[in-house]
Amino acid sequence: MVVQNVVWAVCIILMAAVVGVFVWVADGASRHVVDHTPLTAAAYRLRPWLFLILALAMIGANWRTLIELPYQAVASAKALAAPVQRVQVVGEQWDWRITPNQVKVGTPIAFHVTSRDVNHGFAIYDPSLRIVAETQAMPGFDNVLRYTFEQPGTYQVMCLEYCGLLHHVMRATITVVPR
Amino acid sequence: MSAHAGRADIAGARDGETAARAVELAYIAVAAIVLLLMMLFGLTMRATQAQYLDVQPRLFYVLLTMHGAGMVGIAGVAGAVVMWHFVRRHVPVSTTVFLANLVLFLIGAVLILGSGFIGGFAGAWTFLYPLPAHSNGVWSANAAAAYMLGLLVIGVGFLLLHLDVLRGIWRTYGSLANGLGLKQAIGLAPEKTGPPPAVPAATMASIVNVLGIVIGAVVLILSLVNLYVPSFTMSALVAKNLIYFFGHVFINATIYMAVIAVYEILPLYAHHRWNTNRLFYAAWVASTVMVLIVYPHHLLMDFAMPPWALVVGQIISYLSGLPVLLVTAFGALTVVHRSGLRWDVPSGLCFVGVLGWAAGVIPAIADGTIVVNSVMHNTQWVPGHFHTYLLLGTVAMFLGYMTWTAKEVPHETIGTEPAAFWLYVGGGIIFVVAFLAAGSASVPRRYAVHLAPWLTYDRIGSLGALLVVLGVGIMVVQFLVRVPALARLPTTTTAQPLPEAAAE
Repeated sequence: MVVQNVVWAVCIILMAAVVGVFVWVADGASRHVVDHTPLTAAAYRLRPWLFLILALAMIGANWRTLIELPYQAVASAKALAAPVQRVQVVGEQWDWRITPNQVKVGTPIAFHVTSRDVNHGFAIYDPSLRIVAETQAMPGFDNVLRYTFEQPGTYQVMCLEYCGLLHHVMRATITVVPR
Repeated sequence: MSAHAGRADIAGARDGETAARAVELAYIAVAAIVLLLMMLFGLTMRATQAQYLDVQPRLFYVLLTMHGAGMVGIAGVAGAVVMWHFVRRHVPVSTTVFLANLVLFLIGAVLILGSGFIGGFAGAWTFLYPLPAHSNGVWSANAAAAYMLGLLVIGVGFLLLHLDVLRGIWRTYGSLANGLGLKQAIGLAPEKTGPPPAVPAATMASIVNVLGIVIGAVVLILSLVNLYVPSFTMSALVAKNLIYFFGHVFINATIYMAVIAVYEILPLYAHHRWNTNRLFYAAWVASTVMVLIVYPHHLLMDFAMPPWALVVGQIISYLSGLPVLLVTAFGALTVVHRSGLRWDVPSGLCFVGVLGWAAGVIPAIADGTIVVNSVMHNTQWVPGHFHTYLLLGTVAMFLGYMTWTAKEVPHETIGTEPAAFWLYVGGGIIFVVAFLAAGSASVPRRYAVHLAPWLTYDRIGSLGALLVVLGVGIMVVQFLVRVPALARLPTTTTAQPLPEAAAE
């Protein structure tokens, strides 16, 4: 399941629903009722239920999504104890140095990402040009991004934090080979 | 009091109203012209990404920087005139301070435009430390300094304006808590005794913007020192926190100021007072807190941040959507529903403004979810969601206020306004959906040159942008040609009835 596809579909459906409600109300606005009070009262009786539905949806979404955080500081002891391959990533206007830049499918990788000058964004694109993981490359900080490649191929690294004139050409590749 | 003194007071009050009216018109005109100019910059960037235009990266990134800074600044000016126009019906505010803010804005704008188009500064509107000092020879320290000084000058103007508004609210209501309606929110006072809707909105926007601008000034000054004394450094993470706190608060405050147009104008059409009940006041109190603590959702990919702060950023992102959806959007729908309202361009724009805000919250919340941000951060999803609630939210509210003001002077070209409305709304929807679709396809934001697989999104987005520019351009020109007549109107004519006058 591609996260981006799910997010796109859910957001478009919900946004369309909001638009639909507004269009329905706008379309009926010209019809005048002499005493608006009962309508207003009915609308305000509806609001607590709407609040409850939204609150439950939000609690559910947070409960589901906060279980899986990409941060090493909250990684489980088991995950931290598992053997990983270390890959050093250094960003510098306008190039990436990735050592090594060839890894194996199924091997957990710990990318240690930093920068020698300004902020950069380290984003890994799969061969179909979809982002699979990212973190920021910041001067003075070592951001650890853990990721396990599931498919072999040539993955592109692009900079996703604006860093000056040649930001858009700050690219590199990572080759993922079968075990 | 003698009859002579009485006449002098009335004449003085009329002069004051005339001066206030003139400054308001100047604000609207400046906001409209700069808005259109910045939209042209935006259209140029989208057309360049679509390969319809051949703009070199050096100029592209200058346009990117000017577009970002210009839009944020002009959204502030647009929000400020809406807030000031309506809040001065309830509290005393200074026309001199209001004018000073506009003058300082123009001085700052000249510095910023000079930094970009003369000095070549292209550090993005966020001036993310230490990029301004690391241009790799593209721009000088002086150019970066001119940009940051420009922001500082603009910040001083807004700080004065917000302090003056807060002073007026304090004087009238006894405290800022009373201006927010805190007593009504927690049940210590009857709902009916609370302030009118413009006041909590102005109180909230002014409180948060004072804090945001002060923090912004701190990081601007530190960055300025770093430009000329490179040995003076600061943590890139601390600087990022300060910048995003300032940026988030300032841009959100523009919406909270502009929404006052909805609270005040829609009820005039619908003949129903905006219902300022306990939930309304509670929402504004809650929003005051939430807008100050939600900014870590901009830093979800900064793994060096404390995880608890990022978790708070996600949770507050979700919660901050509730007041918008349940109070302002629900309130607008309730006011309009079966009201007998006869739609025209101003009322339609105010309504669209709420729609854009409510709809834009949805992709924004998605982006504020850590696992989603891990694959969508800094893609075009981000301009997709913020253009939804800024272009189709704040800007729509401002245009609603502008066209409502212009309605006082009939004009023979008025028949083109509905067409302009639909060009703007239709183009805006195409424009933001193209951004969101591109974001879901991982297209990066802020790239001067796009890869071939991304061009379809860029071309559709360019079409949307073109339609928006045409629609807004027509509205702006129609407003500008009426400005002389609006300025000549007697102030008694220009004073609009209070919503209370049209209450049930």
